[in-house]
Amino acid sequence: MKSIQELQDITRRVRVNLLRSIHTAGGGHTGGSLSSVDILTTLFFRTMRYSPLEKLPDRDRFILSKGHSAEGFYAVLAEAGFIPLEELWNYGTFGAMLYGHPTPKVPGVEVPTGALGHGLSIGVGMAIAAQRDQLPSRVFVLMGDGEQAEGSVWEAAMSASHYRLGNLVGIIDHNKLQISGTVDDVMTISSLRDRWSSFGWRVFEVDGNNMEQLVELFDALPTDGDTPIMVVAHTVKGKGVSFIENNPSWHHKVPSAEELQRALEELGYQTAEVNQ
Amino acid sequence: MSAQSGLSCRHAFTRTLAEIAATDPLVYAVTSDARGSVTLGDFARDYPGQFVETGIAEQNATGIAAGLALSGKNVFLCGPACFYSARAVEQVKNDIAYANANVTVLGVSGGVSYGALGSTHHSLHDIGLYRAVPNLAVVLPADYEETVAATRALAAHHGPAYVRMGRGAVPDVYEPGTCRFELGKANVLAEGNECAILACGEALSHAVGAARLLEEQGVSCSVVDVHSVKPLDRETILDVCAGARVVLTVEEHSVYGGLGGAVAELLATNRPMPMAIIGFPDEFMPAGDSSELFDFVGIRADKIAENAMRLLESVSAHGARR
Repeated sequence: MKSIQELQDITRRVRVNLLRSIHTAGGGHTGGSLSSVDILTTLFFRTMRYSPLEKLPDRDRFILSKGHSAEGFYAVLAEAGFIPLEELWNYGTFGAMLYGHPTPKVPGVEVPTGALGHGLSIGVGMAIAAQRDQLPSRVFVLMGDGEQAEGSVWEAAMSASHYRLGNLVGIIDHNKLQISGTVDDVMTISSLRDRWSSFGWRVFEVDGNNMEQLVELFDALPTDGDTPIMVVAHTVKGKGVSFIENNPSWHHKVPSAEELQRALEELGYQTAEVNQ
Repeated sequence: MSAQSGLSCRHAFTRTLAEIAATDPLVYAVTSDARGSVTLGDFARDYPGQFVETGIAEQNATGIAAGLALSGKNVFLCGPACFYSARAVEQVKNDIAYANANVTVLGVSGGVSYGALGSTHHSLHDIGLYRAVPNLAVVLPADYEETVAATRALAAHHGPAYVRMGRGAVPDVYEPGTCRFELGKANVLAEGNECAILACGEALSHAVGAARLLEEQGVSCSVVDVHSVKPLDRETILDVCAGARVVLTVEEHSVYGGLGGAVAELLATNRPMPMAIIGFPDEFMPAGDSSELFDFVGIRADKIAENAMRLLESVSAHGARR
């Protein structure tokens, strides 16, 4: 099990690699990828049971329902040994393994996502299968906060508590921004705690960019209950790079060479070091 | 009427699925408050561990079906065709077809089965829609026997499929035990050298009736059951059409994009020949039961036969090539 310091080191590398892949490809979702890095790192390097080498039937499953944050996910999959790091530099090129949204062509990706509001329903199906087969698998579904406006999310919410899916963990990357502005300006979703509680979920809130808090919460999440769990992770869109943080224009803006250089320096990397 | 005691294709499907589920615990049925209209009540009672109810939530049902399938289940997602070919389309495309999830989407009461309930409940666009989605088979069984055979074949098939059937009992095309069903392989029911009639689903019995009338008038007909509109049996269709002067397609679907569209694409690029597409016009339908609506648009043996005669006469008048 990785220590908090080790996890923080991973998040730094993941941020650097996702920025480099977006810069190289000339496209990607910079802000939302950066906000979710600490959550993904906690899941893949501390919480989840899986093997990057084979799809074990009783593995834990992860679904990136906010599929547009693919670059952060890919950088984590590379770090976890599912895909070679070099694939990140082919991201989005003709015939590449890595598309702008995850597909099962990529080892570690369970299901294609990208159209919002799909992941939780698929997670409910996987959780029902594990429950009926009496497998220890847990299912983790990471959603966006803007995604909460999709009606299908709430269909899935109802069914998860109906089927008492204690093996299902939803996480909302609550960075408060979406492509058109602040989430609450676009469509009010506050309060997420009340909304999910009223649908029969057990809700936790956490600073989703604070590794100590994330580790403490995910280490303690109940694994044997009969109530689905929702983690509202308060995050900063663009977390880790000062000029990207909390700026909606970075939803899918691509860092220039100069911006990339500044970002890497803020993350404590020299160019030569990154290229190793 | 049906030799199977007037039972519908829905009954054929659910009876067969229950037989398969009895020995295969991986077989699951998922539905969205449609166990009555699908006739899944007995399945839900007898196999509760292999049954998932989602309430009136077709998008969620489709995602759940995909999640079950991606966890190793052999899933039949069942409900009215009008909803599974409209509201849940994005989930069918992404979560099932793109994900290559082993789900058969079973649309019941398809076409104009719901009759006077109106166009909210009609699905006359589903073949055209779903045959344009990659990695998704599109199947329309014609009667009780073929539904039994198709259900068995699809349970053994690993991959996404959309199956559409109607609501009421339909006349038997196949005698008990005589229907061979192979996905993507059309069944040639009759061979002739003047008129080829290709049909699918419940329209097939009308095509068979039309061929009988035409034979009585001395017109030699082929009849092909194109139960798999996708994958389309190009070889059989081209072979049958090569032996005919004209071709007609008959289907309970819009004249745009369905079986007629598929055959027209095939013939136009391989063997252009005089053709008529018989189906539903590009209009919302008046009130009426399904047989009245079939009559209204000309899916009836005598009207299909008249259509064929007109096409043959125009070909003779214009001296089209044999």
